[in-house]
Amino acid sequence: MSRSVVIVDAVRTPFGKAGSLYAGTRADDLIVRAIRGLLERNPKVDPKTIDDVAIAAATQSGDQGMNIGRSAALLSGLPNSVPGYSIDRWCAGALTAVTTVAGSIAMGAYDVAIAGGVEHMGNHPMGEGVDPNPRYLAEKIVTTDALAMGNTAENLHDRFPTITKERADRYALNSQLKTAAAYEAGIIQKDLIPTAARNPELGWSVATVDEPPRPGTTMEALAALKTPFRPGGRVTPGNAAGLNDGATAALVMAEEKALELGLTIKARMVTFAFAGVEPEIMGYGPVPSTIKALAKAGLSIEDIGLFEVNEAFAVQVLSFLEYFGIADDDPRVNPVGGAIAVGHPLASSGVRLILNLARGFEAHPEVRYGITTMCIGLGMGGTIIWENPNFKGGK
Amino acid sequence: MATEMIMPEGAPEEVVTNALVREIDLAPFSANGKLALITLDNGQDHNRPNTFGPKSLMALDAAITDAAGRDVVAVAITGKPFIFAAGADLSALAFLTEREQSLAIGKLGHDVFRRLGTLGKPTFAFINGLALGGGLEVGLHSNYRTLASTALTGLPEVFLGLIPGWGGATLLPKLIGPERAVQVIMLNALANNTMLKAKDALKLGVVDAVYEPADFLEKSVQFAASVLNGSNKIERADYSNDPAWESALATGRAAALKKYGGAEIDAPNRALTLIASAKSNSLSEGFDAEDQALADLTMSDPLRASLYAFNLIQKKRKKVEGAPKPALGRKVARVGVVGAGLMASQLALLLLRNLKTPIVMTDIDQERADKGVAWVRGELAKLVEKKRMSEEAARRLSLLITGSADQQVFANCDFVIEAIFEELALKQDLFKKLEKIVSPECVIATNTSSLSVEAMSEGMSNPERVIGFHFFNPVAIMPLLEVARTSKTDDATTATAVNIGKELKKTMVITKDAPGFVVNRLLTRFMGEITDAMDEGTPADVADNALRSVGFPMSPFELVGLVGPGVALHVAETLNKNLGPRYRISPTMQRLVKEGVRTFYVKDDSGKFVPNPAAVALMEKGDKPSSAEEVRMRALKALAEEARMMLDEGVVSTPAEIDICMLLGAGWPMVLGGILPYLDREGISEAVSGQRFHPAGVASL
Repeated sequence: MSRSVVIVDAVRTPFGKAGSLYAGTRADDLIVRAIRGLLERNPKVDPKTIDDVAIAAATQSGDQGMNIGRSAALLSGLPNSVPGYSIDRWCAGALTAVTTVAGSIAMGAYDVAIAGGVEHMGNHPMGEGVDPNPRYLAEKIVTTDALAMGNTAENLHDRFPTITKERADRYALNSQLKTAAAYEAGIIQKDLIPTAARNPELGWSVATVDEPPRPGTTMEALAALKTPFRPGGRVTPGNAAGLNDGATAALVMAEEKALELGLTIKARMVTFAFAGVEPEIMGYGPVPSTIKALAKAGLSIEDIGLFEVNEAFAVQVLSFLEYFGIADDDPRVNPVGGAIAVGHPLASSGVRLILNLARGFEAHPEVRYGITTMCIGLGMGGTIIWENPNFKGGK
Repeated sequence: MATEMIMPEGAPEEVVTNALVREIDLAPFSANGKLALITLDNGQDHNRPNTFGPKSLMALDAAITDAAGRDVVAVAITGKPFIFAAGADLSALAFLTEREQSLAIGKLGHDVFRRLGTLGKPTFAFINGLALGGGLEVGLHSNYRTLASTALTGLPEVFLGLIPGWGGATLLPKLIGPERAVQVIMLNALANNTMLKAKDALKLGVVDAVYEPADFLEKSVQFAASVLNGSNKIERADYSNDPAWESALATGRAAALKKYGGAEIDAPNRALTLIASAKSNSLSEGFDAEDQALADLTMSDPLRASLYAFNLIQKKRKKVEGAPKPALGRKVARVGVVGAGLMASQLALLLLRNLKTPIVMTDIDQERADKGVAWVRGELAKLVEKKRMSEEAARRLSLLITGSADQQVFANCDFVIEAIFEELALKQDLFKKLEKIVSPECVIATNTSSLSVEAMSEGMSNPERVIGFHFFNPVAIMPLLEVARTSKTDDATTATAVNIGKELKKTMVITKDAPGFVVNRLLTRFMGEITDAMDEGTPADVADNALRSVGFPMSPFELVGLVGPGVALHVAETLNKNLGPRYRISPTMQRLVKEGVRTFYVKDDSGKFVPNPAAVALMEKGDKPSSAEEVRMRALKALAEEARMMLDEGVVSTPAEIDICMLLGAGWPMVLGGILPYLDREGISEAVSGQRFHPAGVASL
């Protein structure tokens, strides 16, 4: 009874630096803006027909609490009849929101769903309210390192000595340059929903671009940054994603429903997989999850023409590329840059990968398959394999 | 260029509304260039709206200069969350001592606001929340306006005794035409400051577009971009040759005369003149005329009285003078209403809607009790029909109200109020019976209008739980509640009663248990002078019209028609017995009641009110007629005399309590300050008792 699941559209708010652009804006207002912007772009979708609204947040309290999925649906002005729920898989929240509603669509329970995520890391600093079970350390289930993401990135450098700080910095620089070029070409702006942002001291503004990118970055500047996670370390604020605020939302549908409504299909889901690794090297998660997903799809890594890999840390992307024998600057990987440049509001990032991939599919009809993948705290990876609906044959 | 001005001595420190400027890139909205957005924000939450005093105006002036000087294609202005701006900072107005100061503040507002209309770049007001008076005028000066769908707007100046004097009286008629401008500036303001809902503001043309609050700013920027890139063309009509000018102005004038019972009141008259001028004047001429009108009105006693009354109403709504701590009040989970007549049923409905507790009504037989319950349920059904209550809410409340012929149903009540026939012996008997049924803590309240509450509690074993709870007709609408304490009423009882009054959303005045309390005592004394004059031989129309110029909402005989001669006479008789012969019993009134003639006026065939021949025939015809002026003076003097006596007797603790009673219980207008500021400024207070009620400056220049 499995049905084809497609992405019809995906959008996001511009991302901000924590404590800056959206310091006076609520997290729920961000996700509401993304949802309203998404539906405004897709007037053929009758809000009444939305079967569910799955919204992810890594911290589910305050303005990200109250069942953020249902709350966002109500605040967005969706009919009362449209339900909603919350998703948490830390950084892979939105990615999991998409796979979860996709499962529901594939088995025929849903036709139309909204999946997305929000993270206001200014309002909810990482680690807010966590209460790790003392058994973790007492029984050595994980080492202390595993709970601080920066340390897990340093651990990856230890594990893969060929990935040097210089390589990580160069990767980071490239991400900034690719993002700058994509902005120049007007690619990124296409999926940004202008978002009102208030600062009590400065007044209202409307954000139309991401705040985090540093297009002027140089290798020298990156080399000079401190390594906050350990003395003499390799992970710096320059080769890692920052602390950010933002929201994303995707319209996920049964392919037959999208065709019936005459909607454009942006990406067709092939399969997906999540997999675990040692929590101490959580950044390595995309490797096993991608191996698993490829196996399910009956594809090999050579079949993949576009990669959207979340850049929590440069080292973590490089460990993935190295495993699969892909060059650090392979043009198939993150062609418009990644989280190191635009930011990583944790649970929202999954849909950002998807919307970037969809733009890549549009630009590359010769590509048949692409993947979106990301690492997840406490040692996991998640991968979705997508088929390009624009594929016209070729390699 | 705007020049800074210094506020007068004694004026409270201005809460400055800052004006912050940021730029928004219009490219994502399909227009070229940038928009400078000015945010009005006084740094406080929505409970303290943005307002404009001199410093705020200078801040806006600086922001406009800043915005206009930037490399932008347009300038827009918006507010802080939920609030655009609530208009001029009224707190300083009462401290202006020189006409020049008043003129200067009017001019300063014009000088700053009008820059928004003459900037050389398109200007937009994104009215994201409440916009009143000067707040809306900021929008009217701008070239285009968007409005949040939940925001209320309006020009309440005429309601306050002012005119929309920062451009509104000139700009609005030119923008939306005479009929609609009269609706907003005159009719709405005079209808107790009715504000515009967003859909009405859009329909009237006050704004160009309405957007939901969730993405109001984004949509407003989109709107601006669509105007700037030419895809959205907003057309403005020219109303200078509109055929409706005369009829619109006549409608406005009629509304003002009706509101003030035929009196010529400055504020509405000046507003009408300004609206009329807007037919053909230039903006500069209009604004200059507004400045003059504003200065004249600001430096007038009626405006000062009006501001006093406005502040008094705000203050008294929150704080009940002399009320014990609310925590002393007892929980009220079940309420009894003795009687099931119309008054009792109205009380039951009001209590039911607000307290949402079980309510039992009793009457002498089950049929009457059932009739009362049925009336209440019928009213609930009407509310559902008018979509003012959900079916579920009505169902819930309908189940809570029951009726019985057996007073034992009051056994578990925490609060019982009686509204039976106004006769002391009956009520005394009732209270003694009730005491045997209810607990010793149960509050027993009476809605008597003129009998002694203390006398009702005589002989009771727990007289400390008896209190007067006097509503005004119609009880659902009239905002005043007189709470009368006897010498024995304890604090727990008073606190319980006041807590209930708060739930009923009434403004309360605690009075001593004195005959007629405040409103009926003053009204009856006043009426007595009119009927007296008539009985002495003054023609009825002369007597009745003698006070037209004051501004009372209705003439004395219109008032009698409303309350009914029977009730009026009954109260007069009670006060005559308890307060003395200055409360006279009019033989005319006695005859009217005896013959069942209810009104002094009837509608003739053309629908006009004319003297009722049946009433005229019954009038006492004395041989000592008075002139209108004599009638006016004796009536006003009687008010001053009675008010002074009430203060001396300690019926209420301050003159302000008397004013709030007359404002909210009798509907007397704010321009009179209730009544005492008017008696002060007419010299009547001093003539009667050698002293004013309010020190000069409190409710006067």
